[in-house]
Amino acid sequence: MQVLAIHQLEQSEPDRAKVDAWMANRRFPVIEGNRATFVFRGDVEGVTLRHWIYGLESSQSLQRITGTDVWYLVAEIPPGSRVEYKFELHRSGGNQWVEDPLNPHRARDPFGANSVLQAEGYQIPEWTRPDKLSRPGQLESFGFESDALGGVRHGHIYLPARFRRSRLYPLLVVHDGSDYLNYASMKTVLDNLIHRLEIPDLIAVFLDSPDRLREYGNDERHARFLTEELVPYLERRLPLMDRPQMRCLMGASFGGVAALSTAVRYPGFWGRLLLQSGSFAFTDIGHRNRRGPLFDRVVEFVNAYRAEPKAISEKVFLSCGVYESLIYENRSLVPLLDATGMQVKLVEARDGHNWENWRDRLREGMSWLFPGPLMMIYE
Amino acid sequence: MTVPRVPRAVVLLGAQRFDPTVKAAAAELGVEGPISTVTAGWQEREGEDQELHEHLGKRTVNLRLHQRAEDVFKRDRELHAAHRAKQEQLRHKQDFYRIRLEHELDATHVIRQRKAPASILEEEERASIEAVRSLDEYHLGQCAKIEAEFTARYAPLERDSVVRHRRELAKILGASAALAIAGGHVATLLNRMRLFGLSELLDGQAVLAWSAGAMAISDRVVLFHDSPPQGPGAAEVLDRGLGLCPGVVALPQPEIRLKLEDEQRVSVMARRFAPARCFAMASGARITWSEGQFRSPSRVTRLGEDGRSSPVQPTDEDLG
Repeated sequence: MQVLAIHQLEQSEPDRAKVDAWMANRRFPVIEGNRATFVFRGDVEGVTLRHWIYGLESSQSLQRITGTDVWYLVAEIPPGSRVEYKFELHRSGGNQWVEDPLNPHRARDPFGANSVLQAEGYQIPEWTRPDKLSRPGQLESFGFESDALGGVRHGHIYLPARFRRSRLYPLLVVHDGSDYLNYASMKTVLDNLIHRLEIPDLIAVFLDSPDRLREYGNDERHARFLTEELVPYLERRLPLMDRPQMRCLMGASFGGVAALSTAVRYPGFWGRLLLQSGSFAFTDIGHRNRRGPLFDRVVEFVNAYRAEPKAISEKVFLSCGVYESLIYENRSLVPLLDATGMQVKLVEARDGHNWENWRDRLREGMSWLFPGPLMMIYE
Repeated sequence: MTVPRVPRAVVLLGAQRFDPTVKAAAAELGVEGPISTVTAGWQEREGEDQELHEHLGKRTVNLRLHQRAEDVFKRDRELHAAHRAKQEQLRHKQDFYRIRLEHELDATHVIRQRKAPASILEEEERASIEAVRSLDEYHLGQCAKIEAEFTARYAPLERDSVVRHRRELAKILGASAALAIAGGHVATLLNRMRLFGLSELLDGQAVLAWSAGAMAISDRVVLFHDSPPQGPGAAEVLDRGLGLCPGVVALPQPEIRLKLEDEQRVSVMARRFAPARCFAMASGARITWSEGQFRSPSRVTRLGEDGRSSPVQPTDEDLG
């Protein structure tokens, strides 16, 4: 059996000085092969690891090294994994969730931030980082009065570098647009992938919703807004290619449901779909899914589609983390979509239901749906 | 109408960006006097050719085919609309070809993994490659048909908008000792050269072409990348080339585009396009086509049907 660094420390009957020396210049969590040692140091009564890995206990206690203020937990984490977590500290009868103070890696999301464990083999893709060689596109904010939704919807329009009105561009419409920009570095990703010729110059529209759970979870008005109002408005304003193959709708989680349910309502209009960790809850019997009433309309939609699947787009890219419960629903959807004659691709990752997982899959998804001129340009 | 004379020599070169060799190649051919250049593959940046101009001793005249095509399309709306419609048709055809191609190549891969008596395996493998070749041929035929219909209906070379430019081009070329064709966007490059019937304007001048330029003047343009971001890449035929350099598939930038150590990929590529020779043209590579055969190879790698890739030698027997 592998002797881990933490075991060596424990066996040394450490005092404060030994602990200090052991911790100096060490990265946390400690990764040794497929073992990750989570470490917390502090004066508490207990520490619990909180994570969002489906299939493992979501709450596991760290154990204390006798005579020290060091707490640890060893977990088996497969290579290539990326795990978001927090520590729950127990003291004076209360609990507090905190980010790991020893780990500099953070992932932000609309609810705050989590610590990130990067297992052996995982690297933040370099195309997600700003590249000074990539010419930046422009983001412009816009507001749009929607009759279908009965109010103004806001968002941002991305125009690629060297945008020219005399050219025609593909259109990408993104649900939860601000979150994709803020937490999945999507502007940087678009700039980089365009610069590398991996996707074509395109126009992206990042949409926000004031009530995403209602509007994204299978809502006819939202589908009408996108297809009958937004796209004609954009086509009047911008040089867009008027072909289904050049129109992509994307989203994550409930945004994935919004994309798929819209495409089902307007078959043939959206020729490309990019669905990330879609919340495609369904039932095989009955109508109430274990996920609760929030999913009732989603279940209604997915059940109906499963009963009568049909080709509604040309190419559908799905991605999902294997550490999220939705992997079951996403895997189930693939043969169904595939059998309709649509081209379907599912990419799985050792990751969870979070923005950095969705960020990391953008290159594969977008370049498959909209291959860039890489195959055309030979300098 | 004068009958065009074939180029006295065609030199295929590797990428020029970091290791320019076109000057040395021109000198070796004894090219003296002005050199016409085509940089239409650079599209809107066509005119940014100062480095090339300097490298070739400031004696280049850019034919500005991209700019000329823009002018033609501006003046001749009917031709522009017809050209766009043709390109749209070709895009559709390419999409459908790609769908079928992926399945045929998958079949080739699966068959290669199967265990069966050697004779059966060999026969089935050959049949699967033949299916890919037949699909490639079908696609080329479809492209040629669309192009022929376009030409028959709109006679681009006879339209005033094009004729005027062709006269100028003929004059510039007539005063040139050679034509240098740079890389860039291969479809744009091919389209622009075809729009002005450039190969028919040649009158024996030597041709030096690199990267997309080398692809466009061969008789078949093959798009390729073994590891694009969306997964394993499938090489695909784009269209017929200008045919100035027959019997070769030019494969520029092998350093970043080809897995030459992958014997299966190399073998499929070589067998798919045989009897044409698949030449990987790395930076600094050069080979000359003249009097019906290839000569003076330097740093050119040939993809073999056995899956191996090896340097092309001057003594190789089948260079003719």
